[in-house]
Amino acid sequence: MSVQAWTFLFVGLTFTLYLGIAWWARVADTKGFYVAGRGVPAAANGMATAADWMSAASYISMAGLISTMGYAGGVYLMGWTGGFVLLALLLAPYLRKFGHFTVPDFVGDRFSTRRLVGVQNPTLGQRIAGNPARLTAVLCALFVSFTYVAGQMRGVGVVFSRFLDVDINVGVVIGMVIVFIYATLGGMKGITWTQVAQYWVLITAFIVPTIAISIKLTGDFLPQAGLGGELSGQGIYLLEKLNQIQSELGFGSYTEPFMGSWDKANVFLVALALMAGTAGLPHVIVRFYTVKSPRAARWSGFWALLFIAFLYLTAPAIAGFARYYMLVSLNGTQSTELPQWFQSWEKTGLVMWFDDGDDHVVYSAGADNEIFRRGNLGESELLTLVRDHQKWVDTGGAGGMDARPFLREHGLSGPDQDIIVLATPEMAELSGWIIAFVAAGGLAAALSTASGLLLVISSSVAHDLYYRVVNPEATEKKRLLVGRSIIGLAVVVAGICGIYPPGFVSQVVAFAFGLAAASFFPVILLGIFSKRVGTVPAICGMLAGLVFTLYYIIGTVFFGMDKWTLGLSEQGISPQGIGAIGMVVNFAVTLILTPLTRPPTQEVQDMVDSVREPEGMSPAVLVDDAPEH
Amino acid sequence: MSDTPDHLSSRARHQDLLRAYWHKNLLLMGGCLTAWALAGLGCGVLWADWLNRWNLPGTGYPLGFWFAHQGAIISFVLIIFIYALIMNRLDKRHHQQLARINGEGGAR
Repeated sequence: MSVQAWTFLFVGLTFTLYLGIAWWARVADTKGFYVAGRGVPAAANGMATAADWMSAASYISMAGLISTMGYAGGVYLMGWTGGFVLLALLLAPYLRKFGHFTVPDFVGDRFSTRRLVGVQNPTLGQRIAGNPARLTAVLCALFVSFTYVAGQMRGVGVVFSRFLDVDINVGVVIGMVIVFIYATLGGMKGITWTQVAQYWVLITAFIVPTIAISIKLTGDFLPQAGLGGELSGQGIYLLEKLNQIQSELGFGSYTEPFMGSWDKANVFLVALALMAGTAGLPHVIVRFYTVKSPRAARWSGFWALLFIAFLYLTAPAIAGFARYYMLVSLNGTQSTELPQWFQSWEKTGLVMWFDDGDDHVVYSAGADNEIFRRGNLGESELLTLVRDHQKWVDTGGAGGMDARPFLREHGLSGPDQDIIVLATPEMAELSGWIIAFVAAGGLAAALSTASGLLLVISSSVAHDLYYRVVNPEATEKKRLLVGRSIIGLAVVVAGICGIYPPGFVSQVVAFAFGLAAASFFPVILLGIFSKRVGTVPAICGMLAGLVFTLYYIIGTVFFGMDKWTLGLSEQGISPQGIGAIGMVVNFAVTLILTPLTRPPTQEVQDMVDSVREPEGMSPAVLVDDAPEH
Repeated sequence: MSDTPDHLSSRARHQDLLRAYWHKNLLLMGGCLTAWALAGLGCGVLWADWLNRWNLPGTGYPLGFWFAHQGAIISFVLIIFIYALIMNRLDKRHHQQLARINGEGGAR
């Protein structure tokens, strides 16, 4: 069977499975819709959280990033897993004890104002002015979720266009329909159980080929041992060999830390921003509302990280293997003997070869590099470029134009990081069904995250905005209807973003973490761990952190502002890491203002007390006896 | 609910109990977060160049690189596991003590 037949088979089977689960788990009330009736066992919730968390970016792009970045790629590994420690220790059990549907709910109740006390039937305006914290939190949640979900839909498009040979747009539409059906039908319950299934699809699809490659390359069964092991029959460590090849070609050493703009301060700040940002991401936090108790929330945090770790410990291995294959299989190859994977991926424009006329591929860090990617170049622009370059080669430099300096200036050297995971099984010449399986895994990763995010968007609008602010008298049925319609609307908007990707989306996603770190994380943390912090300092802190971080990101990325060094880094602080400093600003503003303002009301203080106590004053709930524990 | 002296003292004892529980929680959390910072931000970043002088015994991993790509993640999983284990045990004891106070108070 061909790769394509296998792909149709696997994608068809997995999609049938997801839809079947959605039908089985359909729900009829808001509790089931938003928090799955709070009946999800900790381990299952851990799997769902892991699938929710591991997006197309984790699955498709992360290993590619590590592959080109070497040591510095570790910031993503450490940042995204380290954030889960903060989440499980500092936030999850308490937010679960608080027991509402969403993060803005907590922020809104914990940092409420006194204005509405005693007001009968407040008007819409009064309700908005009466709780600015809730509104700020809703806007932050929507912003973070939307930038994210647009990226997922593009991930779906990439996978479909390569493996099903359909247009990217058709791929996005298929993905939209599938997500729409199971998200509106089953709400959180359907999404949760679908994500459990998707976890198994994506993790098997990630690990099986990596094991196969590891055995082939090093003879070790465990990819983690393989990466640290010796190359088969060569008597040299894989990483050592990789370092040698890398330095021959002018790339920096693969294992040596702190090179180029990734100096110590920047690696530190980016890792910290990613950690705090992960802990503040609304679509991850909301998962912990679905379990039975704070106790289960703690276990669920552990399960989630364990399941995530399976992928995150494998990603560096596939990254190292891919780097080795990429450099070895391309350099010095003639056009007639180009590997099969290169030819199939060349069609997508994610990897391109612009020869200098000697018919030998050179992939290096220098001016003689001939491997590029398409990036954001338009169709006609690309065609002209290819034609002019061909003319340049044919005439021996007399006519046409050398495309390479142009592409280098635009930062398009080297293949697109998105193909690394998807192409590595092909590089290692594994059988067709494994390659197809990887495609199904990529789709599972993109779809599971997209559906989780859509639910956050839906609950932000339907619950926090519509029910809590616009129409508190809405009936259960009406709220459910609004929730479902919002998902529908969000799917369409996300799909449009996937079909016509706004140029800024991919750039903004990388900064979503910084923004979450600078806004949400300190507010939630202080809301739980301090009874003294009141509404005014919290809102000022949140805004200060957000504005500071946004100002720096927009200034440096879009308006060419000089990077600040702040005495920490001679290279200037990376905009990805500024969130860590924004977080410090947020903490500082909040804590300085706190002694100058009134403490929160007695009601709020009692609420904090009750959140801190594990199960409430009633006799302990016998969760131990529940079958799932 | 009547404000008998019995009830008041049980409420005060409950407050004490909660404070002690919270204190222990903060202590455990502090320990876990220190381990978190040492493994991730310490070994994985701050001392990575120094640690890279050695290999992880028996493998080709330079130690600092290994922490950044593998070691930190493994430590994180262990940290959460230990925290959940101890904390849930602490919870259970807290509830037993709470039940005893409520029982002695005889309020219900």
